[in-house]
Amino acid sequence: MRELKYPFDPDFIIQKKKKIKRRLLESSCGFIEKKIAILGGSTTNDIKLVLELFLLDQGIKPEFYESEYNKFYEDAVFGNEELDAFAPDVIFIHTSFRNIINLPKITDTAEDVDAKLESEFARFNQVWTALRNRYNCTIIQNNFEYPHYRLLGNKDATDIHGKVNFVTRLNLLFAQYAQENDNFYINDINYQASQYGLEKWSDEFYWFMYKYALCLRAIPYLSFNVSNIIKAIYGKNKKALVLDLDNTLWGGIIGDDGVENIAIGQETAQSEAFTEFQEYIKEHKDLGILLNVNSKNEMENALAGLAHPESVLSKDDFIVIKANWEPKSKNLYEIANELNLGIDSLVFVDDNPAEREIVNQEFSSVSTPDIGNKPEYYLRAIDRSGYFECVSISADDLKKVNMYKQNAQRKQMLATFENYGDYLLSLNMNATIESFIPMYMQRIAQLTNKSNQFNLTTKRYSQADIEQVANSDEYITLYGKLTDKFGDNGVVSVVIGHIEGDALDIELWIMSCRVLKRDMEFAMMDMLIDKAKENNIRKVYGNYYPTSKNSMVKEFYSLHGFEKISEDEQGNTRWELVVNDYENKNKYINVEE
Amino acid sequence: MTEERIYEMLDEVFQDVFDDEDIHVEPETTANDIEDWDSLEHINLVVAVENKFGIKFNMGEVVEMKNVGEMVHTILARVNG
Repeated sequence: MRELKYPFDPDFIIQKKKKIKRRLLESSCGFIEKKIAILGGSTTNDIKLVLELFLLDQGIKPEFYESEYNKFYEDAVFGNEELDAFAPDVIFIHTSFRNIINLPKITDTAEDVDAKLESEFARFNQVWTALRNRYNCTIIQNNFEYPHYRLLGNKDATDIHGKVNFVTRLNLLFAQYAQENDNFYINDINYQASQYGLEKWSDEFYWFMYKYALCLRAIPYLSFNVSNIIKAIYGKNKKALVLDLDNTLWGGIIGDDGVENIAIGQETAQSEAFTEFQEYIKEHKDLGILLNVNSKNEMENALAGLAHPESVLSKDDFIVIKANWEPKSKNLYEIANELNLGIDSLVFVDDNPAEREIVNQEFSSVSTPDIGNKPEYYLRAIDRSGYFECVSISADDLKKVNMYKQNAQRKQMLATFENYGDYLLSLNMNATIESFIPMYMQRIAQLTNKSNQFNLTTKRYSQADIEQVANSDEYITLYGKLTDKFGDNGVVSVVIGHIEGDALDIELWIMSCRVLKRDMEFAMMDMLIDKAKENNIRKVYGNYYPTSKNSMVKEFYSLHGFEKISEDEQGNTRWELVVNDYENKNKYINVEE
Repeated sequence: MTEERIYEMLDEVFQDVFDDEDIHVEPETTANDIEDWDSLEHINLVVAVENKFGIKFNMGEVVEMKNVGEMVHTILARVNG
């Protein structure tokens, strides 16, 4: 919903939140449902209500548990039946500077201050440990905003007795904990408060009147940030940038002005601004974000601009370049197809509001940030929107751009073979298929949340869920990793089967679309049936639950020799296979022992 | 600004905050008369009123407003004072 996109109007959101909620619930369907517990050290009511709006807008329908006022510690450490029954997927701990008990005093020795820091950290550590042990779920924890006063003035930052110094050290300890622990994320209110303006953020009126640790108007910014972390955890980040060229990546119209006259480089303030923006865009490539061009231009001119000696971005940084006179919505649609991504994974960056509007009308799920018409502020508009909120940097993300390039090479090679089987053989594919191992838990959870098309049940798992399934003997789990002569595709397929006596129920079957039509699914099924035999399974059951995105796997089980045994009105189907009737089907992939 | 105009503007604020187009406030209206008007919604109401009239209440004023009439009284003193 447009009212919830950055830059939003916080007063509007707070005042109209009931109406906005109604509209969100009416306008959309296919929410994923998540249980979110908010444990507060101050009032959280409006934080919860506004968080709900942002989550609904991201396709997540939350159910909330809210602790009693300032009972975050008690709920976590001593437990609470209501919270137990609630069984949260995510716990958000909303604490602030007001919740620090052991602040340094001027009369403290250095040892005293260290002891206070340690005990403060230990108190929070106790909260996290207790929550992990009891709920084994994702935890989002605020760090601390700076204090609202500085007894020592500027020295408050450097002296060990300074509260600014103390908060800084405590925040570093929190950050270190986040680095060392999975499923634990910091909501950086320290940055949010400075971005908002600390003086306004920590308006004492709201603390003394209502025990809010931040002013009401700042709540949408906080809730937006928390919603970004949550949607990123559940795989709802954007995956690609689609960029206009003229007056977006450089100043001027290259077709009219000529390549030598576009604004890029260090010559003028304007060209410096475009250069910084290009540098910012290029940084996304290292994060695994796919860069693409969608420009009304002759291809020749577009390439000439990217070959400008001062251009930070070059042709090779992009996966798909569309420079033509077609409607941009059509180009976007084709880019999504060529990348094998849903169109809702794209962020379209264009300085022209009319172009954005047309795209919006055609595909409301494409993000079209209002970057304004001042190049010095483009970066800000994209950065604050949280499209690519990072919850983990996996080695896989870093390799992703290469994989997409390799896929393009594979497509070219395919053209030289007449027989598809010969092509597959020529790829020299090697797979590793085995039960989940700790090294890949993160990637496996990520895949269960990102895969929409080749996904039979669209069941989502957090990393904690995956670890639980992996450690249970009631499940058969498989991950598949595929390598070929062009490179390593990484973990591309995940299967989870639940053992019920001598039957196996396949709860999850997903495969990354980057390895479509490579017969990886046959290699996976062969292995699953082997494992089933080891577990004395006689019958295997598969399930297909249709969504708007997974029609490609409607007949998946039929292809693998299963018999359809039921189908309901929604099109949910259930399939059966007698293990002894199964014949191995993989012919092209060498599965490593 | 007239008292009448203030009541009109307050109706709009109350209708937004409590998401009910039928709300019409009178001097005697209190939290007991509007179902969703609890202490947690009170802050939203106060801030919405502040935004609507471009004023800031102080803590004492917020605590002492017992009904809509007193709220209007405070607003009048601010906007005309």
